[in-house]
Amino acid sequence: MTTAVDTTKPAREAPYEGPLLDVRDLHVEFVTRDGVARAVNGVNYSVRAGETLAVLGESGSGKSVTAQAIMGILDMPPARIPRGEIRFRGQDMLRMGREERRRIRGRKIAMIFQDALSSLNPVLSVGFQLGEMFRAHHGTSRKEAKDKAIELMERVRIPAAKQRVNDYPHQFSGGMRQRIMIAMALALEPDLIIADEPTTALDVTVQAQVMDLLAELQAEYHMGLILITHDLGVVADVADKIAVMYAGRIVETAPVYELYARPAHPYTRGLLDSIPRLDQKGQELYAIKGLPPNLLRIPKGCAFNPRCPRAQDVCRVEVPELFPVTEDDGTALAGRGSACFFWKETLHDR
Amino acid sequence: MTANGASALGAVPEEVAFAQEVPRGEPILEVLDLVKHFPLTQGIVFKKQVGAVKAVDGVSFDLMKGETLGIVGESGCGKSTLAKVLMNLEPATGGSVRYKGEEISRLSGAGLKAVRRNIQMVFQDPYTSLNPRMTVGDIIGEPFEIHPEVSPKGDRRKAVQDLLDVVGLNPEYINRYPHQFSGGQRQRIGIARGLALKPEVIICDEPVSALDVSVQAQVINLLEQLQGEFNLSYMFIAHDLSIVRHISDRVGVMYLGRMVEIGSDAEIYDHATHPYTQALLSAVPVPDPTARESRDRIVLTGDVPSPANPPSGCRFRTRCWKAQERCAVEVPLLAAPSWLDGPARHESACHFAAEREVGQSAAEREVGQSAAERENGQNGQGGTGPG
Amino acid sequence: MPDIHDEDSYEPHPKPGVSHLDYAGEQGMAVEQETLVESDVVKREEARSLWGDAWRDLRRRPIFLISAVLILLLVIMAIFPWAFTDADPRKADLVHNYLKRPDWTDFFGAGWFGYDGQGRSIYARVVYGARASITVGICVTAAVTVLGGLAGMIAGYFGGGVDAVISRIIDIFFGIPLLLGALVLLNAFSTRTVWSVVVALGFLGWTQIARVMRGAVLTVKQSDYVVAGRALGAGTGRLMFRHILPNAIAPVIVVATIALGGYIATEATLSFLGIGLQDPTISWGIDISSAQKVIRTAPYVLFFPAAALSVTVLAFIMLGDAVRDALDPKLR
Repeated sequence: MTTAVDTTKPAREAPYEGPLLDVRDLHVEFVTRDGVARAVNGVNYSVRAGETLAVLGESGSGKSVTAQAIMGILDMPPARIPRGEIRFRGQDMLRMGREERRRIRGRKIAMIFQDALSSLNPVLSVGFQLGEMFRAHHGTSRKEAKDKAIELMERVRIPAAKQRVNDYPHQFSGGMRQRIMIAMALALEPDLIIADEPTTALDVTVQAQVMDLLAELQAEYHMGLILITHDLGVVADVADKIAVMYAGRIVETAPVYELYARPAHPYTRGLLDSIPRLDQKGQELYAIKGLPPNLLRIPKGCAFNPRCPRAQDVCRVEVPELFPVTEDDGTALAGRGSACFFWKETLHDR
Repeated sequence: MTANGASALGAVPEEVAFAQEVPRGEPILEVLDLVKHFPLTQGIVFKKQVGAVKAVDGVSFDLMKGETLGIVGESGCGKSTLAKVLMNLEPATGGSVRYKGEEISRLSGAGLKAVRRNIQMVFQDPYTSLNPRMTVGDIIGEPFEIHPEVSPKGDRRKAVQDLLDVVGLNPEYINRYPHQFSGGQRQRIGIARGLALKPEVIICDEPVSALDVSVQAQVINLLEQLQGEFNLSYMFIAHDLSIVRHISDRVGVMYLGRMVEIGSDAEIYDHATHPYTQALLSAVPVPDPTARESRDRIVLTGDVPSPANPPSGCRFRTRCWKAQERCAVEVPLLAAPSWLDGPARHESACHFAAEREVGQSAAEREVGQSAAERENGQNGQGGTGPG
Repeated sequence: MPDIHDEDSYEPHPKPGVSHLDYAGEQGMAVEQETLVESDVVKREEARSLWGDAWRDLRRRPIFLISAVLILLLVIMAIFPWAFTDADPRKADLVHNYLKRPDWTDFFGAGWFGYDGQGRSIYARVVYGARASITVGICVTAAVTVLGGLAGMIAGYFGGGVDAVISRIIDIFFGIPLLLGALVLLNAFSTRTVWSVVVALGFLGWTQIARVMRGAVLTVKQSDYVVAGRALGAGTGRLMFRHILPNAIAPVIVVATIALGGYIATEATLSFLGIGLQDPTISWGIDISSAQKVIRTAPYVLFFPAAALSVTVLAFIMLGDAVRDALDPKLR
């Protein structure tokens, strides 16, 4: 392991025993002129060091808004956080001072966005932008910062880093730009990385490279990783545990293998079933009927009930909490939960 | 809803009608050596051509009546440009496109208008492909205004409502604006517009990639159902390989402006012989965590070279682990390799076409990769990657 | 802004072998829900196009309401000046009214704002002066919007050589200051009326609109829905006026509204300099000019026409601002 990056930085803090990040009962709303859109309605999740949590959901599920709330980059107004806690190493970031919070952001928690081109400043060279991280946070000299930038670029395997350090973002391909974003996120060796659809804009063959790199670096630095995505394939490849979101709530949590083998929520089941399978060639695909809900008018009861093949009267009245999922004999399944009144039946469905 | 396209065709003047029926399984669209170059020029008043982006560079294939031909490839491979040229939205630089045996790539005026009736398109982004200032009725009814012979004036409202019904939308929504619909519903509106003229060929350019996962399956089902109902031929351009496999009868793989492999879905997915196809297939994330360990993924190094300056010989050679000197000199032809048998013997543009034995070539690839890496490093110094 | 999309439960078109019949129970439920939502949608329906949204937005802006009322008042004043005053703005009575001070008790009467150096009613002249200003403002704006809009549309749509030629012409005009150009042009007219001012300002002003229009057309031309129109076989006219114009017009309207105030100010400036309108036309600019001579002894002679001019220009600029805020989707 190359440790040269560490030289200007105090030694890494001892690994934190509890969850690095603990989101509790988070609510986020947006005030629009058509009413209040409730984007996040009581989300709970936590990530430990070295762990990869995948947050899976469609557009409007609140997966990205949750991440933005964690990073503190929501525009308030129109957004507001009426309730909830975001604990980083035990401290609630929502009740911190502005300065204190700013120090965590970027240094302890870094974020990687989907669109690398618009996240990089087009008029500054990538070397300068990478070096700036060191200059701003550690007061490193210009010359030294450039060396570090080259080193980072080599870390994320950008070929001919030395020659390309003075190139501008548009001179790199999509995959290379996303590597630069990863390099930037890594620059200060954060404890936690939030990656919001990091490979969605990339081609399949490049996707694989970038995901591999991210997973490798995560293991090397023993970071926590929150991977926000809608892609069931990407999740299956890298996640340890999964939180499935729908209409601003977590509807199912499970370790990755269990989720794919035995989903306990009809929405998760529907998503898995609608993936085209070989033996279905020439047949109609399973499709979840209906449309994702409008956040201004989330259906009463379980938000999924108008689309759910299992919905009963109770689903239209009561909001299901995240029930712990157990085996038939009552043995608890670690880390599993389902916000469905009929999780037991769903679990046995196949 | 009348499904019979032939009856309406009777109203068209003889000389521009493509009236003869093509039997199922016969080619309806024949593309031969199609070329589309975008010139790169310098200067404003006195333009000087300094090069060309070779977006499509000699592509040949047939689209059969009633079939779905999937076209896959990564961004910059030319698949969207191919669609635009087939739609006559961009003039072809060279080669020929025949629709029912007639050359259409150099048509204009009435002839072009007649072709447009028969070849329609469904766009990728349902948010930008519908005019926000027009109602749904105006959008779906516009084809009738442009081609008044298809539907007499008095029947148009009814025709539009029928189309809405066919794509699974409430006919009462006729006076609404596009922004009042969700992405999936908008894509249905786009499909209804494409169907209005009762075309025989529909080119779908990434029709579901902008949609939510739970809605994609609905739209795919709709497309399949319409194909059966109206006897349509689809050219289905997408980057999602599992969806392409599901919907396609045949699949063509493109790389850097060329078709590198084409065959039936089983031939491509289970017996791929071109290294690029193999890499592409192996890179697709499989929604099954248990496959994590057992996968043998070919991770390609480097980026797709710029289409303005493609490599000599085989265009994939800079990233290929099988590349030899011959690949830099000799352009491989898209043909069934004589040395292969069975399903592996389908059109593949590789000098060393062979099925991949999983796990076989790890060491071999290692060697090839480092060679490719060296090459790529040199490319990298050249400066700009593809935009 | 989230869309309204609660209505996909509609699926009467029978699909062969589709499983949606399995959901018959839910279907009934969904229909019930749909009717609930339906009324909600209908309520919103009217205000759901861009212009509808903009109008809804505008109605709630005090700035828009104030400027709209002011402009309405000015326009009525320009058309029916006699409805606001009985006095004759041209009647001079040097004997009785020479520089008479404003008489606040003479509410809406001839002497309300006082009399000028020729013994004419300032109030009447302010009322009658609105016609010249409003005519110049509206006519010049209409002319430049049509001319500039057309030029910009042609340049943006056809591109290539046509665009190069039009753009160079725009560049040449852009180098001429409006006021200087108007001075030179108006010198060529032997008698100058409102219409000569309109012609001069229109000739010089169209390039601003043409630039804006060209930019908007270039952006809209790229849209998928324009490509979709071409794919259907739509002709140039249909593409230009059905697809591109309605989507490119918003910024032009904003610029035109703001420019309108500028044209009124320019007319006043030209008249002030003695190169715009001439007596016997009544114009605020002329009155401001002649008020200079008595500014020390009778500042009110200057004040009222100047205030009328400022309020008018301000009203149009405020209107333009409000319209821009309402039409600019980025601010939403």
